[in-house]
Amino acid sequence: MTKTRDIWVLGDYRNYFQNRVTLQILARATDLATRTGGRVCAVVFGEKVDEYVREYIAHGAEQVYVVDDPGLKTYSIETYSFLLAWLVGKFQPETLLVGATRFGQEIAPRVAKELKTGLTADCIDLEIDEKGGLVQIAPSFGGNLIARIITPEKRPQMATIRPGTFHELAHDNGARGEIIRLSLPEHMPKEKILCIKSEYKPSKIKGIEKADIVIIGGRGMGSKGKFKKLFELADLMNGEVGATRPVVYANWIGHDSLVGQAGKPIKPKVLFSFGISGAIQHTAAIVDADFIVAINKNPNAVMMKMADVAIVADANQVCSAIIRAVKEKMRD
Amino acid sequence: MVSELPWNSKTGTLKRELAQGMMDPCSRRALEAGLQIKESRDKKGMETHVTALSMGPVMAEEILHQAKALGADTGVLLSDRRRAGADTFLTSFILGKYIQREIPDADLVLCGSQTSDSETAQVGPQLAGELSIPAIGYAIDIQLKGQKARVQRYVDDFQETFEMDLPGLVTIDQSAYTPRYTALGGFQDAFDEPDISRVDAHMLGLGDDFNALKDSPTRIIDVYSPTTQKENKVLKGAVKNVVDQLFEEYGKVISHAMGKDLKTHDHGEEI
Repeated sequence: MTKTRDIWVLGDYRNYFQNRVTLQILARATDLATRTGGRVCAVVFGEKVDEYVREYIAHGAEQVYVVDDPGLKTYSIETYSFLLAWLVGKFQPETLLVGATRFGQEIAPRVAKELKTGLTADCIDLEIDEKGGLVQIAPSFGGNLIARIITPEKRPQMATIRPGTFHELAHDNGARGEIIRLSLPEHMPKEKILCIKSEYKPSKIKGIEKADIVIIGGRGMGSKGKFKKLFELADLMNGEVGATRPVVYANWIGHDSLVGQAGKPIKPKVLFSFGISGAIQHTAAIVDADFIVAINKNPNAVMMKMADVAIVADANQVCSAIIRAVKEKMRD
Repeated sequence: MVSELPWNSKTGTLKRELAQGMMDPCSRRALEAGLQIKESRDKKGMETHVTALSMGPVMAEEILHQAKALGADTGVLLSDRRRAGADTFLTSFILGKYIQREIPDADLVLCGSQTSDSETAQVGPQLAGELSIPAIGYAIDIQLKGQKARVQRYVDDFQETFEMDLPGLVTIDQSAYTPRYTALGGFQDAFDEPDISRVDAHMLGLGDDFNALKDSPTRIIDVYSPTTQKENKVLKGAVKNVVDQLFEEYGKVISHAMGKDLKTHDHGEEI
C-alpha cells in the first residue's frame, strides 16, 4: 500500500456522552484535509460499534475503518495498540490524531513507539505548514510556554489533542462515508494484561482538577470566616474552591483543596485568584488556566502580572461584590 | 526493581523543581510505590532491589541522592550532553537501553504518570514499548503476586482492575502513593556517599554519531510565551465599579465557563 495523505482519527467512544473529543478532532481534521488534499478517516475497535461509525460519518469522517469483534468489547491497551499500529502500517495514513483522554494518552505513545514515529502530547491547536506538514501546537514547560512542533521525516505525524480544543461539526444525517470492515489479523499477540474489572463510575463531584471555574483564596482573604465566602461564590458559579499552602496550613480548608506543586494542578476555563501573591510553587499549578482574574491590593504581585484581568482592591470586598453581581445577573 | 525518574523530555533543560533540589512530584510517588513494594516483600523475606534511574544533566545527581536517602538501593544517572533535546521517543530509547544492558532482569518498572514540566505522559508507555513489556498507566494501587501484578486505577470515569504479567511497567497516578518525608539526617548520610553511577552515551553502546536532538522524530520549530499575549487589564477604583466593569467586558467568558446565562449589566439582554 502506498502512502496516502489521509488523516486518521482514533474513535475513542468509551464514555461517549461525557467525552466528545473524537468528534472535535474530526472537525479540525476536516479543515486540515482541505489544505493537504487527504481524506478524513476514523478508526474504531470494539464490539457492536456501528452507532459510533454512523456518528463519525455524520460528523465528517469520509472513511471509517472498523474492527468489530467480541474480543474487543472492553478497551485493552495492548490489543488496541497492536491493532492501530497494524492498520496504520497497512493503510499508511499521513497523520494520526488521538484524543488526549487518559486512554488516548496511553495508546498513542505505544503506537508511536511501535511505528518509530514522533508524537506530540496534548495539543491545543493544529496547523498545516507550507510544506504540507502538520504543525503540532502544545503547551510546554508546565504550560508556561507554547511549542510548535513538527515531525519532519517520520510518518505518520502523530498528536494527542486536548478535549475541548476544537468544536465539533453539526450532526449531518445525510453525510455519506465508506465503511471498511476488517477482521482481526490471524496472529494476535498473547494478551499480557487481563482485565479483571472495568466499571463505569462517573464521579459525582467534578473535582477541582476538572472544574471549569476554580476560585482560589490566599491569605489575603483575611480570615477563616471570610474565606468561607468563596464557597458561596463557587456554588453560584458551578465552580470549585482551591487554596494556597498558607491557607491550608492555617486550616481554613483541607489539604485536598491545595493548588500547587505539593497539591493539585488545575486547568479551568476561568480562574479567580483572591488575595494571592503568586509563589512559584502555586503558579506552576495554574498556568493552564485559560482566563485568570486576580484580585489583590498589591498591583505588583506576581499573580496580578500573570492575570488577564487584575483587580487592585481588597480580595474579600471584591468577593462579596462578585457574589452580589452574579446573583443579580442570574435573576430573570 | 526500577524506579524511573522522568526528566524534561522535550528540551533537556533544567527544571525549576530541580533547581530547588526537588524530585519531580510524580516520580516521587513512583519511588514511594517502589519502596512500599520493597517493604512488603522484605517482610516476607523476599529480597528486592530498587534502582532509581534518571536522565538529565549532572545536577540531577542530587535527586538520586534524595531517592537513596528515601530508601532506593542504587542511584543511576544517564547523563551526556549529546542526549540533550531528546523527545519522548528518544528518551524512552535511552532509558530502555540502560535497562536492557544493566538490569535486564528487572521485574517491575515504575514511572511517574507525567512530569510536572512537560506533562507528556509519554515516556512511561514508550519505555514499555522499547522494552517490549506490558504497561498500565495511572495506577493507584499495585499488589505483586508471584510473577503477576494486580493493578487498580480510575481513568476516564472507569474503575479498573488488571492482572499484568511481569516483567511489566506501571505509571503511578498523581493522586496515589503520597511520598514519605525523610529526616534531614537521612539526606545528609546519602549525600556523604558519592555513589551515584553516572552513565554516558558510550557506556550505553551508542556510537559517536549519536545526537539526541537530530535522532528525535519530532522537532520543535519555536517556542513562545502565551502569557505575553495576555491583555493583563488592570482595573482600579471603587469595588462596585470594577466588578461591574469585569462583567461588562468579560461576562461572556465567565458565563460560558459557568454554563449559565448571565444578564449583561446595563442592557438586561441575555448573553
